[in-house]
Amino acid sequence: MKFGVIVFPGSNCDHDIYSVLKDTFKQETVKLWHKSTDLEGCDFIVVPGGFSYGDYLRSGAIARFSPIMNEVIKHAENGGYVLGICNGFQILTEAHLLPGALLRNNNQKFNCKNIFLQATSQNSLITQNTDRAKAYKIPIAHAEGRYYASDKDLNELIANDQILFRYCDKNAKVTEESCPNGSKMNIAGICNKERNVFGMMPHPERAADDILGNTDGRIIFESILQLVNN
Amino acid sequence: MKFRAEIDIMPLKEILDPQGKAVKLGLDNLGVKDVQDVRIGKHIQLEIEAADKAEAEQKVELACKKLLANLIMEFYEYKIFEAEMA
Repeated sequence: MKFGVIVFPGSNCDHDIYSVLKDTFKQETVKLWHKSTDLEGCDFIVVPGGFSYGDYLRSGAIARFSPIMNEVIKHAENGGYVLGICNGFQILTEAHLLPGALLRNNNQKFNCKNIFLQATSQNSLITQNTDRAKAYKIPIAHAEGRYYASDKDLNELIANDQILFRYCDKNAKVTEESCPNGSKMNIAGICNKERNVFGMMPHPERAADDILGNTDGRIIFESILQLVNN
Repeated sequence: MKFRAEIDIMPLKEILDPQGKAVKLGLDNLGVKDVQDVRIGKHIQLEIEAADKAEAEQKVELACKKLLANLIMEFYEYKIFEAEMA
């Protein structure tokens, strides 16, 4: 499987995810410049974290109109896999590949810390290896991570089992206090109805290498790589 | 013809605006009393070349809907002026 990491002006987690996929998990991985219109035959596209276009106007709003995004949208519509992390999640909501929007954190802070995640659904490529009863310690680093969707969209997310991750306490209990940003229903990550487009605010690529002292994020990449191993 | 669009983009009423809340606190501290609510949005000016006002309006609509505002969290209002008359 070939991975492609999109690079926008202002992306800053592009090399982290590139390094995890290429060096840690030994996968063929390329970086794709946002002005390109060629996905170079990649099967799995990652839209990385950062501050594309300086977060001007709204996080992800301008990146959504970069030339390569038309190809990413086509790829997704044809069933190809797309994962957006942090700013990548914001870009995918702006592109309407995922429902909802990410608003300014309710506490007005840039939250940069480890949080605990419950993998709410195991029914997706990126969570199939996870354990719902376990709390995964994964870092977040964002100012606009308050997931918001209309009640109608939230009900659809629930009905279609599209909520993949929720903020929780260290015992994997979803509580109001464990939500760092005011997200509706503690939502930290979702997928689309077709289950090929994924978005999450936390950074699993920052918790995937022994040298970083936390490898809780590896389970997400191991889940994805089931595709290769099977 | 040249036109100027004055666009206001505001967070939807049902959405918490933490910026506005923080500024309200600042106003309280400044001693400006009886401010019931503060909400913060954006003001955007566009200078547009268009055949007539209707065409200018079409362009502004598209700009607002597709890029300048995110209708999931914001709403927009605008006025369009002929630039010469401004």
